[in-house]
Amino acid sequence: MRPELMTEIEGLRGVNSVKIKEAHEAGKKVVGMYCVFSPQEIALAADAISVTLCGTSNDPIEEAEKELPRNLCPLIKSSYGFAITDKCPYFYFSDVLLAETTCDGKKKMYELMSKLKPMHIMNLPQTAQGEEALTLWKKEMVYFKEFLEKEFDVEITEDKLKEAIQLMNRERIAMRRLHQLNAHKPAPITGMDMMLAQWLKGFNVDKEAGIDLIERFIVEVEDRMEKGIYAFDENAPRILLTGCPIGLGSEKALRILEESGASVVALENCTGYKGLDVLVDEEKDPIEALAEKYLSTPCSCMTNNNGRLDLIERLVKEYQVDGVVDLTWQACHTYNIESFTVKNFVRDELDLPFLQLETDYSDSDVGQIKVRVEAFLEGIKS
Amino acid sequence: MYSVGIDVGSVAAKAVIFDGKNIIAKKITPTGWSPKESGQQLFEEIIEVNDIKRQEIKSIVGTGYGRISLPFLDQKVTEITCHGKGAYFLDASIRTVIDIGGQDSKVISLDSKGNVIDFLMNDKCAAGTGKFLQVMAHALEIEVGELSTIAQGVEAQTISSMCTVFAESEIISLMAEGASKESIAAGLLQSVCSKAYTLASKVGVKEKVFFSGGVSKNPLLKDLLSKKLHTEVISSEFSQYLGAIGAAVIGYKK
Ligand code: SF4
Ligand code: SF4
Repeated sequence: MRPELMTEIEGLRGVNSVKIKEAHEAGKKVVGMYCVFSPQEIALAADAISVTLCGTSNDPIEEAEKELPRNLCPLIKSSYGFAITDKCPYFYFSDVLLAETTCDGKKKMYELMSKLKPMHIMNLPQTAQGEEALTLWKKEMVYFKEFLEKEFDVEITEDKLKEAIQLMNRERIAMRRLHQLNAHKPAPITGMDMMLAQWLKGFNVDKEAGIDLIERFIVEVEDRMEKGIYAFDENAPRILLTGCPIGLGSEKALRILEESGASVVALENCTGYKGLDVLVDEEKDPIEALAEKYLSTPCSCMTNNNGRLDLIERLVKEYQVDGVVDLTWQACHTYNIESFTVKNFVRDELDLPFLQLETDYSDSDVGQIKVRVEAFLEGIKS
Repeated sequence: MYSVGIDVGSVAAKAVIFDGKNIIAKKITPTGWSPKESGQQLFEEIIEVNDIKRQEIKSIVGTGYGRISLPFLDQKVTEITCHGKGAYFLDASIRTVIDIGGQDSKVISLDSKGNVIDFLMNDKCAAGTGKFLQVMAHALEIEVGELSTIAQGVEAQTISSMCTVFAESEIISLMAEGASKESIAAGLLQSVCSKAYTLASKVGVKEKVFFSGGVSKNPLLKDLLSKKLHTEVISSEFSQYLGAIGAAVIGYKK
């Protein structure tokens, strides 16, 4: 039996799409964002709503392929497809878009997308190392702040920023506590439900209500743990899922893993733990603190990206992981190439089995992926 | 007591009977349109012909893509694990299995106990599989089995398309330009060999290398692989049965 509050969490998407319409009609501004590098705090400090627009559904890809190459990462195609088809209420009600120069595919897609709505682009450095990278990224924070001030005709004060930082930190802490429940053996929450809860937070129009719901959910799960109710039994292989972001509609790999008997206990990707690991320093100058936090995101677009290996290592230990699965979207060069490094690290340094799955959003290879996943799990059990 | 291993692949269904020491019977039939029926029939035939009663069978283990549809199995195990166990049973010194079947090709790396340490499979596409050779043989108007006979000792024509559909049209235009069937056949085998080579190199090839699956019946391809991998690639009369053997071995231990 699933925790009861999961129904309420799953309902969030529908609830929020109504809320965003109401807020928009009441004159509230909306900033649509695509990536974990996007500082939501600055949008909140401008009294706006921030929503995540990353495309996780296969549906709009067909439309997107009329303008984008077929051989492109499905996440980019899906995001663009939603933008041109008006099928995503969150995109529709976004007043401005925030893009960022991460991978090449996204960068160039944004050029096309910028014709649809006012867009601000934050220029990320290629590396997170060194003073210069941080200086540059700090400036980008300021530019984004100035963009919103002008666009929405507001002043983003230091106090407002600090307030937003506190709110977002509270959200991160709640999400982190939720995620950490699965460090328990056996895990109390399925990886699927964990992913849903974490992914859906991106659509929260009312952040406070979202935090409250997650806190109630944690209480419910802890209560179930006391009663000995878990999502899997003790023997289920415990898997850490890393790699490209996933959400509802692109959860194929996660679903197959759990249908085949694995318990996905840690989600290292952007929709999981990656963005929660580091909080924004509340003592520092807000812009500086934001720049530091977001630059520390261990994404494959950065070179080098050793932070990802460190995070994987920590999660593997904390979550008593039996195997690591790396998901890469087709044509995602950064994650795909990095997979070789991750494989060697997991096998040689952590001494754990590793499996890379390269796929897209379609169902055409479900059978094949099942075979790979089952064989991988058979290997862990033997 | 016996165990039965059944491997229902996309082209052929294979079954073996194992008595705990030896493979005492093997049988193969085309899968046809219904993996369920062919699997069921194959099972009934093999135990009938060998005069084995249902009570004497301690376990029936299924593998291959058709395993999902067989209702009478005691256990289902993936072809990857089964190939590993099968290879270990045939020869405990095998460390790499190259399996090319009807629609899958895979390379499996084993440790000294026959456990799978790593494996790679072809992705969605049919390049380098039995299906690829079948379509090409059809375009050349010969039987699949003839490919290696006619290609023996012939200079290979380069086939640049990996995609089955494009390779077929490439062949047709090569023939129109006057290239010989023999040289095209040699080129096709080269192309399958290099696809398997790439997969194998990613996994890392360790001795001994065993070649299994329907395509392993092709002796020329085996030689080509040996040359390309710089190590002897072996196969045996049991090559096509490796998955079924592994399944039976797993079933007996249960
Ligand atoms: S994987 Fe990298 S580019 Fe994609 S959302 Fe995460 S941080 Fe952004
Ligand atoms: S998954 Fe890879 S290719 Fe796709 S948007 Fe993210 S970094 Fe870019």
